[in-house]
Amino acid sequence: MADSGRLTRARDAMPWLTPVALLRVAIVLAVLVIWQLMAISGWFYSDVVPALPVIAVALAKLLSSGDFYWNLWVTIDEIGIGLLIGGLSGLATGLVIGANTFLAKAFEPYLYYLGPTPKIIFFPVMIMWFGVGAGAKVAMGAVSCFFPIALNVAAGMRQIDQVLIRVGQSFRANPWQMAIKIYLPAMRHPIINGLRLGLGVAVIGTLLAETKMSNRGIGFLVIQAYSMFDMPRMYAILIVLFVVAIGANALVAHFGGLDQIKQK
Amino acid sequence: MSAATRLTTRRWVPPLVGLASMVLILAAVEILIRVGLINRYIVPLPSKVLASFGRVIVEEDVLHRFLLTAWECLAAGVLLTVCGVAIGVLLHRVPLFRLACETWVAAMASAPLVLAYPLFLVIFGRSSLTIIMLAFIAGLAPVILKTIEGLSATRRVLINVGRSFKLTPAQQFWKIYFPSALPTIFVGIRLGLIFALINVVGVEFLINFGGLGQLINELAERYDLPGTYAAICFVILVSVVFFATTERAERWLTAAD
Repeated sequence: MADSGRLTRARDAMPWLTPVALLRVAIVLAVLVIWQLMAISGWFYSDVVPALPVIAVALAKLLSSGDFYWNLWVTIDEIGIGLLIGGLSGLATGLVIGANTFLAKAFEPYLYYLGPTPKIIFFPVMIMWFGVGAGAKVAMGAVSCFFPIALNVAAGMRQIDQVLIRVGQSFRANPWQMAIKIYLPAMRHPIINGLRLGLGVAVIGTLLAETKMSNRGIGFLVIQAYSMFDMPRMYAILIVLFVVAIGANALVAHFGGLDQIKQK
Repeated sequence: MSAATRLTTRRWVPPLVGLASMVLILAAVEILIRVGLINRYIVPLPSKVLASFGRVIVEEDVLHRFLLTAWECLAAGVLLTVCGVAIGVLLHRVPLFRLACETWVAAMASAPLVLAYPLFLVIFGRSSLTIIMLAFIAGLAPVILKTIEGLSATRRVLINVGRSFKLTPAQQFWKIYFPSALPTIFVGIRLGLIFALINVVGVEFLINFGGLGQLINELAERYDLPGTYAAICFVILVSVVFFATTERAERWLTAAD
């Protein structure tokens, strides 16, 4: 009884101290302990499974180096421009296809079936068209994010409540006003969802292109660490990369209100 | 013209317009290249690309490469089906684990795991195993999430029927939960297989090893432009056929539900 009382008081003082949180901490600790045991057991190459302090030092070095932030900025820049180009063209295509049933029947199957193809195979073509510089990486990002955004916007356009459209028409809104005041606000969630999916694939497209042929960007840092067999640095870069990618995805979902939809 | 004929005609007009537009675009590109407005050393003539299909298929041993890519996809597919469904069932059976780990699995789905391919190269070497393991890891999350979703959506009335027959937990799972969740689990497996195919071809291209992905890389490095474009078209065709087939299977399974 006294124990349960103490537990309740502790939980009141620390509301995050739930069984789920404790289990999560236990899982993380177990993984770290297993990793460390693997590293010091001598069963694996120490370069392939480095000890945790070695990875921590590599992570600290990476995060305190100006070179890393410069390369991160290059990648963010390429992804941002790619997302802007692919996003705007995807939005325009989705609006046109979503608003017209005939065009949807004629062209949407091409978008639908081209969407899941591996976009990295277009990289040789992008190099020929845009050169070996940032242009090809931006193009890879744009091509990657175009399809999910266009398909989501087209689907969102078809789901708009007809009452809202009739309200706009009864106010004699012109096409621009209809787009700004009716269509886009009504399609906020499909657009944000498309943007979230588009961001994910744009990150992958751009970074893979950087690993294939580049002398700057995070993808280049990953492949550079691989060619120098600097495994702790590679682990550090991948950890940062995954945290940034998952964080960016969660931020887009949060600010777009997608997490609220899921809670409902 | 009867109403049925009019309806059939109306149904076929949009796809035909779409197809005709694609042919027109290709014809326009052909003309623009021939008059010199598009550089033929950057974009090859569509007619040359079409003509090079036969050469690429025969000279580059496309059948063997296709079978290798298909085998890698199949191996990754079997792995992610067995492991993904098992993990999904485990998380469904132990609610505390589910609460703790489901968000992590969802986060894993949004992480660019394919970027860890240099790490996999170090661990597994430049072999099919690297490609299979990466495809497996990349396709795992949707299978786990959809398995949990399918099992959780089992109708209460079915569970109660099982209880009224005093089924053992194993019988309850195999006779009630699993058949009820199967269509949703298949949706997850289909998504996982699509991710696996994307990653298999992508990694083959990146590490220049294996089947169809390597073919594109090799042709591009030889600066065989029509061949590169033809190989890209072939990969697109394969992924479209794969996507359409799995989609049909999913529809059939959902309808059977």
